[in-house]
This record gives sequence, C-alpha cells and structure tokens, in this order.
Amino acid sequence: MRALVPAWAWLIGFVAIPAGLLVAIGLASPDDGVPPYVLGLDFGNFAAILSDSFYLGGFLGSLKVAAVSSLICLVLGMPLALGIARSPPARRPVLLLLLMLPFWTGFMLRIAALVGLLRDDGWLNAGLGLVGVAPIPMLHSDFAMYVGIVYDYIAFLVLPLQARLAGIDPALREAARDLGASGFAVFREITWPLARPGVLAGLALVFVPAMGEYVIPELLGGASSQTMGRVIWDEFFGNHDWPRASALAVLLLVALLAPAILARR
Amino acid sequence: MRHVKILLAAAFLAGLATAAHAQKREVNVFNWSDYIDPKALERFERETGIHVRYDVYDSLETLEGKMLAGHSGYDVVVPTSEPTFSRLIRAGALQKLDRAKLPHLANLDPALMARVASSDPGNAYGAIYLWGTTGIGMDPVKVAKLAPDAARDSWDLLFKPANAKRLAACGITMLDSAIDVIPSVLHYLGHDPNSAAPADLADAERALKAIRPYIRNFASGGAIEQMASGETCLALDYSGDVIQASVRAKEAAKGVSVKYVLPREGAQIAFDMLSVPKDAPHPAEALAFIDFMLQPDVMAGVTNIVRYANAIPASHDKIAAEIAGDTGTYPTPDLMARTFTVHAISADATRARSRMWARFKAG
Repeated sequence: MRALVPAWAWLIGFVAIPAGLLVAIGLASPDDGVPPYVLGLDFGNFAAILSDSFYLGGFLGSLKVAAVSSLICLVLGMPLALGIARSPPARRPVLLLLLMLPFWTGFMLRIAALVGLLRDDGWLNAGLGLVGVAPIPMLHSDFAMYVGIVYDYIAFLVLPLQARLAGIDPALREAARDLGASGFAVFREITWPLARPGVLAGLALVFVPAMGEYVIPELLGGASSQTMGRVIWDEFFGNHDWPRASALAVLLLVALLAPAILARR
Repeated sequence: MRHVKILLAAAFLAGLATAAHAQKREVNVFNWSDYIDPKALERFERETGIHVRYDVYDSLETLEGKMLAGHSGYDVVVPTSEPTFSRLIRAGALQKLDRAKLPHLANLDPALMARVASSDPGNAYGAIYLWGTTGIGMDPVKVAKLAPDAARDSWDLLFKPANAKRLAACGITMLDSAIDVIPSVLHYLGHDPNSAAPADLADAERALKAIRPYIRNFASGGAIEQMASGETCLALDYSGDVIQASVRAKEAAKGVSVKYVLPREGAQIAFDMLSVPKDAPHPAEALAFIDFMLQPDVMAGVTNIVRYANAIPASHDKIAAEIAGDTGTYPTPDLMARTFTVHAISADATRARSRMWARFKAG
C-alpha cells in the first residue's frame, strides 16, 4: 500500500485538484474583476454549452481531426513499428533513439520548422521550383495541420505498438507460413489480433491529445478548422468568459473519459 | 601574473555586484514586442540606477490573461485603450496614477488624452505611450496595375467585391482580429462602429462574406511579414505594422513597395497606455519609468525606432522628417477628425461578434 503513495500523490496533485478547480470555475459566474469570475453554483454555463449547436460543431470538428490523425498515424506507424520490432534486438535501441530524437528539441521549434518548410517561399516550394513547379500554397491548410499532428504524435503510437509486436513469438508467424498462409493472411490472422492491445493504446495516445490540440491547428491549420482547442481559447481569451471556457474543458474531459471508463468494465 | 589579475577582477566585480544588490531598485516592464528604443532603457538605468526587467507580449490576449489572473509581477504594462485598458480598469486591475510624481504628464497632447477619456474618464489610469490607426496597407504599384480606376484612399478598395476580386491576384491579407475589423466594417457601412445590434452585425457579416473568397490569409500578429515580402499587396492592418513593413521592404530592395493609407471615410484610432497594475511590486519605480518615458527627446527616440506616432507635440522637431511628415503616421487634421474610437460592448455582443468572425473566416 505504501508503495502507491507517490502514485496517489501525483494523481491528487496533478489530476484531481486541477480538474476540481476546472469544475469550480465552470460553476462560477463571469464577472469584471481579478480573477474574472465569482465562485458559485451557476449551472448556466453547462446549460448554455449543451443547448448551443456552435459548441457541438467545435466538438465534431475536433473529433474529425483526432480520428483522421489517429488513422494516418496508424497507417504510417504500423510498418514502422513492424520494422523496429522485427529488427535484430541489438539494433532496436538505435532505431528507437532515431524515432525519439526529434523530441529532444522543443515542441514550438519543431512546429516553427514545419512552418519554414511548408510556407509559400519555404524549402519544399523552393525544391518544387527547381523542377519548374509553381509554388503550391500548403501552409494554413488542413494538409499542413495533419502533417503537423501526425509528425508530432506518431511516436506515441509507434512506441507501445512496437513493444507489443516485439513480444509476439516469431514461431507463430513461421507456423502460419508453413501451413500455407500468405503474407497478408499472416498479418490479418496472427499479427493484427495479437497487436490489438498495442494498437488501441497507441491510438488512444494520439487521439486524446489531438482532441484538445490548439497550437498545431492554430499555427499550421487554415481558418476553417474549428476545433475544441480554438473554441475554448476564444471563450477564455476572446470573450473573457473563464467559467464557460472551464465548463467546456470539463465537458471535453468527460467526453474523453467516459468511453475509456466504460470500456474498462 | 595573469591569474592574479583575473582574481582581482573577479573580486572587484563581486564587490560591485554586492554593492548593487544592497540598494537594487528595479522595475518590471511588460510591453508590446518591437515597441521600444533600447537606448531609452539604457539611459533610464544610467540616470536613475533602477534596473529594468523588460518583457514583451505579442497579443493583448496574452497581457489580459496574465493581468486578470492577478499577481503578474509587472510594474508597468502597456494595454491598448480598447478593449484591454478599459476592461482592466473596470476589473480593478490597474491603479490610479499619482500625478504629483508625473511632472512630464503635462507634455502629453490634451486633445489626444481627451480621446482616451471614453475608455478612462478623467485620464486617471494611463498616459499615452504611442498611438496608431487601423487602415489599409498596400503595394501602390501592384494595386494601380490591377485596379487602375479604383480610388486608393478609400475602404472601397478592400470592401467593394469588384475591387477585391481584381486585387486577389496579388494577394489580400486580413488582420485576424474581430475587435479591429468589425468596427471598421460597421463604420464603412454607415453604422455606429460600436453597434451591437444584430441587424448591423448581420450587415457587416454580409459585407465581409462578399469579399471572403478573395482573402488569401489571416494574420493574427499583423501582416508585416506578408506585406514586406510582397506575398500580398493589400492588407487591413495597424498603421505601425504597415509602416514597419514598408521599411523592411525598402531594406530588402526586391522591388516591393508598401504604403499605409488612412481611408478617407475614417478609421479606428487606438492608444497604447502606460499604466500600473494594482498589485505592482514596485509602484514608485513604475512612476519613475513612466515619467522618464514622457520626455520629448525620449519619446522622439522611440518614435524614430518603432515608427508609431507619440502624443508629445514637443517631440516633433526631433522626429525624423520622413516619419513626422508621413500622413499615415501623423494624419492631417482633416483625416484626424474622421477617426473614431471604439468602446466596450457587452459579453453577449462580444460573443456574437467572435462567432460571426469564426463563420466569416471559415468562409
């Protein structure tokens, strides 16, 4: 029991208390003051959010961004994870290191680098210009946003997935091949079912943060990408309605936690 | 021998540091980025012995977020008259300035200070640092080529779909700021720029949506980059940004020219206000800093560097002629009379505006 004390302290200090503060501010009333709310039991924020289709639009926008990003990460990450998992054990640490190397620089720096890469007079367009292609506007588009999210999150999918894949006994695949299964059949019947917990863990690690992602859609995405991150930012900074912003954050948290808790049962 | 010298030097420096520490006075300044003359800070430190810790923000939201959370630790902040300065006053986040400690306050142009009174009745909470208008930045050569018959001193250039359509070819940038653009559109359409009436807002939305297809991008921190590089040839932007873009374009010498136009129909005028947070840890030093800045030669130096107009008439003869004579920076009295200030609108009206803005951007 005593061994769990640090874990509980961490959960209380960094999860329960911040979430409790969010709920408390979510139930406060907005006010001109420092801080700009008065604590209370104002359910109006939650009622306004649930009755206003504008917020649902933001939620659906985020849902789409998170789902598409997770799928792209899976499609690109699966071969990567297989490649790492099936390489000689001595070489795996080097491959994992290469995967994680970009994370040694700051997040903002990586996004700024992508801006430099994708802009109209950026490196990519300069390269296209050398072969006579007119500059293609890429920055501030859904394309740029997905490039940014996939680039930033794919390691979170690959790491748990490759760990899972590396644990699969190669003898199972060899047996299937010996019994005449095609390469694809082996993947479908053996690798995929055994890898599923890793796939689900990886997808969750991409999907959940992508739901609340603010910076990447803001810096790389176009004007039309309306996401929860941006909706909450607008309420907090644009409308100075901290209670409504907090209520939105609480509802987003509930929407993400509820399926996870239900799935555990 | 060298070692001895180094040791002696180190001991000397350590002694200096302790001496300075014993009577260390400091002031924490939080200002817009690229908005100061570095020489002014050096001179202030030299003359007063007060150490300046200088920090910058690039959006009012950043400033407001910190101020409304409280305990920002800053002594001097420079919020824009609307919406931030007036909201911080209402929220009780600023303290009244002690006029007795600000003899140079008398240097400020009373006519300009009077225009801030709608945000701060009696000018109790702030002194004008710099000011500007929100109008049109353009590359006059490209604009004349694509729309030769369009008047270049009118909002029509941007808000008339026929003009915007032609100018889309060389690129149009829209300032990504509902609080700056919507009042300008309302004013252009003949409505009160502060109107919160749903019908007026719908009118503005229609006008904006009509030109939406021709807008290449939205710039949240101003369009300096886009204009200076020639990526776009028309922008709704702050005067100071456009003027800085013009300087950069000239330096780059790549055939891009940029000019600021205050449209003849009138434009929004905004003031950045030197003010002191209520919980400032060093209020006396804050006032010393503000008073220092309000000297004509100091403000002339600032205007010469950042190219925004200041509010101290006595500084004019020390301002470079190309700045003082630029009607984009210092408008003629006639144009000045047609500028308008905005004031705070209700939370629901703000929300209605920001949603309209989101719909407009989404296209």
